Amino acid sequence: MTRHEPPDASLGSSPIPPVGEDDHSRGEGPLVIEYADLECPYCAKANMLLAELPITRVFRHFPIVSKHPRARVLAHALEAGGHQGAFWELHGSLLEDQGHLDDPHLWERCERLRLDVGQFDRDRRSEAVAERVERDFRSGVRAGVMTTPTLFVDGVAHPGVPDAALLDRLAG
Amino acid sequence: MIEPGTHAPDFDLPDQDGKRVALRDLEGQTSVLAFFPAAFSPVCTDQLSIYQEVLPDLEARDTHVYGVSVDNPFSLKAFQDSLGVTIPLLADFHPKGEVSQAFGVYVPDRGVATRALVMLGPDLVVRWAHQPPSPLEIPGANLIFDALDAARAA
Repeated sequence: MTRHEPPDASLGSSPIPPVGEDDHSRGEGPLVIEYADLECPYCAKANMLLAELPITRVFRHFPIVSKHPRARVLAHALEAGGHQGAFWELHGSLLEDQGHLDDPHLWERCERLRLDVGQFDRDRRSEAVAERVERDFRSGVRAGVMTTPTLFVDGVAHPGVPDAALLDRLAG
Repeated sequence: MIEPGTHAPDFDLPDQDGKRVALRDLEGQTSVLAFFPAAFSPVCTDQLSIYQEVLPDLEARDTHVYGVSVDNPFSLKAFQDSLGVTIPLLADFHPKGEVSQAFGVYVPDRGVATRALVMLGPDLVVRWAHQPPSPLEIPGANLIFDALDAARAA
């Protein structure tokens, strides 16, 4: 795997970075920062639960490749979709149908979303996209993320699918 | 649990393929022994999966991770395959839990090792030992890097 930081860039403890301009964000309401893996079934479930809520949702990549071989490929694909303004459409489409995550399925999604497939393929294999995904992943490791999804609410980590208490709180 | 500054107790255990891994084999490198209660429990699964993802960073610092549990080598082989990890898994199976006891992480009531991380320096002296408050709590990979940073700064 290509690493994009020098080996002396330690993965020692550090809180998650604040929301930046190039973070993927949508909605209004209490801030929920989510570290997730697009091939993870628990992330798909969390996505369904969070979609209902009046929250500001920030998505960060946390692909666990040993467990989900397509996770990093999908993270790159999602970033590439974002380059064409379709981040959240593609995000929903991937998590809502995890049975179809091979390349032809990705191209089919691009066509449905009227994206430029050639550009999508170039972007998802680009160094910039790989770096973007890796940056998210490493920020999660530094903050002690050990499972997906992990949600950060008011700076506190909530590992796993959000439980009823957290969902009630977020629902206001 | 074993204290930092003490020499690691000697051991010689089979890994998931039956290959012997002895304490003396770890001389000259930094090693992290990740004791875990049982193969195939969901919590262990996440723990080793994340350590696997940061192996390139650990290897860049000449640091090698070994999982240790009281499971037998065949179970550990199946567990390793199911996780898709390359981290060697050492079987503290017979005499059961002997090495876990020597490191002070064996739970006699439950017959398993508790979740714990023990870092050995190249001289086989314990540099850092960490036990989460509950075995359900997974020690983050960041803690390993904190310990490496602290050792480098010392």
